[in-house]
Amino acid sequence: MATREIDLIDTLNDELSAELDRNSDSKTVESGIATDVREVRRVFGDRVVLDGINLKLHRGEFVALLGRSGSGKTTLLRALAGLDTGVTGTILVPEQRSVVFQDPRLLPWAKVLDNVVLGLKGDEHRRHGEEVLAEVGLAGHESDWPKTLSGGEAQRVSLARALVRQPDLLLLDEPFGALDALTRIRMHTLLQRLCSRYTPAVLLVTHDVDEALLLADRVLVLTEGEISLDLPVTIPSPRLRGDSTFIALRSRLLAELGVDEVAEGDHERNPS
Amino acid sequence: MTARQVMEVPLVVLRTGVADQRAKRLRRSSRSLERLIGVIALLSIWQVAAWLGWITPDILAGPLNVLGTAWDLLVDGTLAGAVCASLQRVVIGLAIGIPVGVGLAVWSGLSRTGENLVDSPMQMIRFLPVIALQPLFLLWFGIGNEAKIALISFGVVFPVYINTSVAIRTIDPRNLELAKTIGLTRWATIRRVVLTAVTPAFLVGLRMAVAISWLILVFAEQINAREGVGALVIKAQTFFLTDVIVVCLGVYAVLGLLSDFGVRLLERKVLQWQPGR
Repeated sequence: MATREIDLIDTLNDELSAELDRNSDSKTVESGIATDVREVRRVFGDRVVLDGINLKLHRGEFVALLGRSGSGKTTLLRALAGLDTGVTGTILVPEQRSVVFQDPRLLPWAKVLDNVVLGLKGDEHRRHGEEVLAEVGLAGHESDWPKTLSGGEAQRVSLARALVRQPDLLLLDEPFGALDALTRIRMHTLLQRLCSRYTPAVLLVTHDVDEALLLADRVLVLTEGEISLDLPVTIPSPRLRGDSTFIALRSRLLAELGVDEVAEGDHERNPS
Repeated sequence: MTARQVMEVPLVVLRTGVADQRAKRLRRSSRSLERLIGVIALLSIWQVAAWLGWITPDILAGPLNVLGTAWDLLVDGTLAGAVCASLQRVVIGLAIGIPVGVGLAVWSGLSRTGENLVDSPMQMIRFLPVIALQPLFLLWFGIGNEAKIALISFGVVFPVYINTSVAIRTIDPRNLELAKTIGLTRWATIRRVVLTAVTPAFLVGLRMAVAISWLILVFAEQINAREGVGALVIKAQTFFLTDVIVVCLGVYAVLGLLSDFGVRLLERKVLQWQPGR
């Protein structure tokens, strides 16, 4: 397996840069666009997971991608991250892009700061890494081993690792899915603050409707490989779950995701 | 749902406060004391048997006799010279064999071509008993030190190769994905992700390699050696000097233990990052 993966690193990098070159020659991109996805398809066997996706992300825009499990959200994100060679279509992405996965994926044998600046050389980067660590609230943990961190702390390190590269596109694959509810609320606030400071275009893959509505400028719903809903979120900040617009949008999204709010809510209230 | 029915549930008392650290330590120290008593008893029986003439020195010298000989050999420098010669063979053998094993493992673990070219032959050759190759090595390298070092090098390649290459192949693909998303170069990926990830397995291989190197050494230097611990054994055998032979056995044991201890020390230092350490 390792063989294949590593061989892929090379070939994919080549292919990707080749494709980027071709695209910059042949296709013009509108200004202010951070990501342009055209007619992207992904087929596993005879199962069509992505069926002609078109998607534009503007610079600094925060987009949440919702979908039921198996709807192809993660497949799309992996395609944008350059981790999937099997997709067809055109994907234009900035050179500087970072991914935060659901699991922090810290290298256990590297200390916290070394994980953050992994692959970046020079004192300048280390200093910047320390700054970003302080921003995610982990100043003083630079030389801790990852095994000593809690789940939330580890995920903040992985966020710092993503941000220290100053990405123009930040891809988040259910980054808070494994965290407890309290930690998740803190991470939402942190992410909002960091995004307004670093202003990358963000694609957040999540199955949490509230999370999407709290954070995103725009919410997309992926249904059976197609974007079935593209909804701008115009709730003024600070966004509160009790806000009437919030509740209305929430119902709309849940309906699109095929959740019958009344019936399922009843079920939740009276477990028997 | 109807009203919950209340039923009697039998409760059991869980034992608490039993395994405190002090009790554990006490148990451990009494255990090591018992072990020591066992060893002393064995040595005493051996010594008494020697005194009573049940075991004659040409069969097996007694412990005190052995101790005296050890002291003599130590003082006149015979032992130091022999150990130096033997140690040199092992160290050079390991210094050649280990990099070869790691290099082959990386090649075969990271590239399809390497795997095809390297792995099958390695898997076949590793079933050859290394010491059976001694006659060929004597033909190729002559009866000097080279044949012995070559045999040790050859023998240690395999434990290093097998452990390291399996570990490379079972590396967590998520870490490789990560390396790709943050744009690590191929060389940086090998250095920062692959090699570090396989360090625990490599160290297991290293421990086996060190053990094997002593085994091969003992065999190799009892044939045609002019110096070294094995040469001393053969010379002593000619004159029925069982005390010298036993001293040499002890030396082998101590060298083996020390080198294993060294690798374990290295392990503890290098693998600090592992959970549970």
